[in-house]
Amino acid sequence: MNWKHYFTTSVGRKLVMGFTGLFLVLFLLVHCYVNSMIFISRNAFNAAADFMGTTVAIRIMEIGLFAGIILHIIQGLMLARMNKAKRSIGYATNTTNTKQVPWYSRSMTLLGTLVMLFLIMHISHFWVPSRITHDLNATKLPNGVETHDLFQKMLDVFQSPIVVVLYLIGVASLAFHLFHGFFSACQTMGLTSHKYKNFLKGFGIVFSVIVCLLFAAMPISMYMGWVA
Amino acid sequence: MEHYSMNLTLKVWKQKNTKTKGHFETFQVKNISSEMSFLEMFDVLNEQLIAEGKEPIAFDHDCREGICGMCSMYINGRAHGPWHHTTTCQLHMREYKDGDTIVVEPWRANAFPVIKDLVVDRQAFDRIIQAGGYISANTGNAVDANSIPIEKHKADEAFAAAACIGCGACVAACPNASAMLFLSAKASHLALLPQGDPERKIRAVNMVEQMDKEGFGSCSNIGLCEASCPKGISLENIARLNREYLGAVFGEGGDNA
Ligand code: HEM
Ligand code: SF4
Ligand code: FES
Repeated sequence: MNWKHYFTTSVGRKLVMGFTGLFLVLFLLVHCYVNSMIFISRNAFNAAADFMGTTVAIRIMEIGLFAGIILHIIQGLMLARMNKAKRSIGYATNTTNTKQVPWYSRSMTLLGTLVMLFLIMHISHFWVPSRITHDLNATKLPNGVETHDLFQKMLDVFQSPIVVVLYLIGVASLAFHLFHGFFSACQTMGLTSHKYKNFLKGFGIVFSVIVCLLFAAMPISMYMGWVA
Repeated sequence: MEHYSMNLTLKVWKQKNTKTKGHFETFQVKNISSEMSFLEMFDVLNEQLIAEGKEPIAFDHDCREGICGMCSMYINGRAHGPWHHTTTCQLHMREYKDGDTIVVEPWRANAFPVIKDLVVDRQAFDRIIQAGGYISANTGNAVDANSIPIEKHKADEAFAAAACIGCGACVAACPNASAMLFLSAKASHLALLPQGDPERKIRAVNMVEQMDKEGFGSCSNIGLCEASCPKGISLENIARLNREYLGAVFGEGGDNA
């Protein structure tokens, strides 16, 4: 059996989901850390954003990130379609028994699709103007370096209550996606033995709550004018 | 609890054979004792149908004591009915009240085609076992029980995995119709023991390949299989199977744990 085949069996495809999923989780951590600079100051955030945008190694990793997310989305949607086809005649009785397993565990495709729609909006808000079209105001950092005023862009974008609400829906979808996703990826990689099972389950939930609360706080505090 | 009797309405799946389309039919049963098992209630219904000159409902059963795994019935939206860790033959009518309506369907999965009414073909499970759920030891006299010492916790885990009776409730309950709980139980009780070591590198991969060929879905780690399993097979077995699979991919060959 060759390598390609190892990753196209049912377990192999799930390994691809798990690896890309955890890679995206790692990115979330970095992204959340950098963006939390808005709570410190305009310059702190703009300097961090400038570092992310101008460091060559990070720009290369950015390509990996896009590849990872596209792979994750394509594989996720393929799996959903393949799995649905395995039961041509469904049950007549309602099988959505949320007492047996949490609803979000059964809604990964829906939650993932919501995250995807959110990502399209999010990328067009910030990544496109800063990396592609360059239509952002310039600002000077205290050390004299000239860069984009991404902080100002955030302030502008989050003036619209509709945008703020859409961001909150996106972040909530991500949180629930990860409630199941983090543990699921660990299980797929075989890490959830008796010893670590409960720890990994708990860690995934605590991690998702903290990261997503921080993300949610960003549009809210911009809109409310808590940061300036 | 007090013994009582009840009248029930049953909506049961009727299907002539694999090729024809099935449909639900409604039946009335009277004077069912709360002491009866679910299958005994079906016996009463079938005797009644025979007396009326109609065809009885085909359903699978054998041991009627919760160990053979034959009695596949999907009852009111749950594999083997509402009781935890219970097969259909061990479900008793004290669960129901006079006047209840009960919907009974066969296991639904393309890999388990309906043979007739509630009877499904589960030979796909046999072929998964044939693909890797064995050890290649020379037969002969049984060896001395303690000639190969095995740590207590491994023996316990292997024993717990070996409790799988191949009933298919895990497949029936899984939204993806995945056979991973069954497969992982069958692989685990061998992977945990030194006797299973020679086939370690091929077992997980071959069994997974066969599962895919049979038309089962992949595992989304949802956990409805574990919740529906009459023998309490744990999701940890699926993690172990995945570990064995990764071991085969990266050449390590699992960790025997
Ligand atoms: C930042 C964004 C995202 C992160 C951090 C993330 C993370 C994860 C993780 C960790 C898993 C568990 C993998 C496993 O079960 O082994 C997962 C599963 C999944 N993801 Fe995502 N994901 C993201 C975005 C998306 C998007 C945009 C989609 C689009 C459809 C998606 C669809 C899915 C699906 C369908 C599954 C379940 C696959 C299965 O179990 O069969 N995800 N995700
Ligand atoms: S794992 Fe449980 S539910 Fe699945 S076949 Fe074995 S005993 Fe039945
Ligand atoms: S008839 Fe054997 S387990 Fe139910």
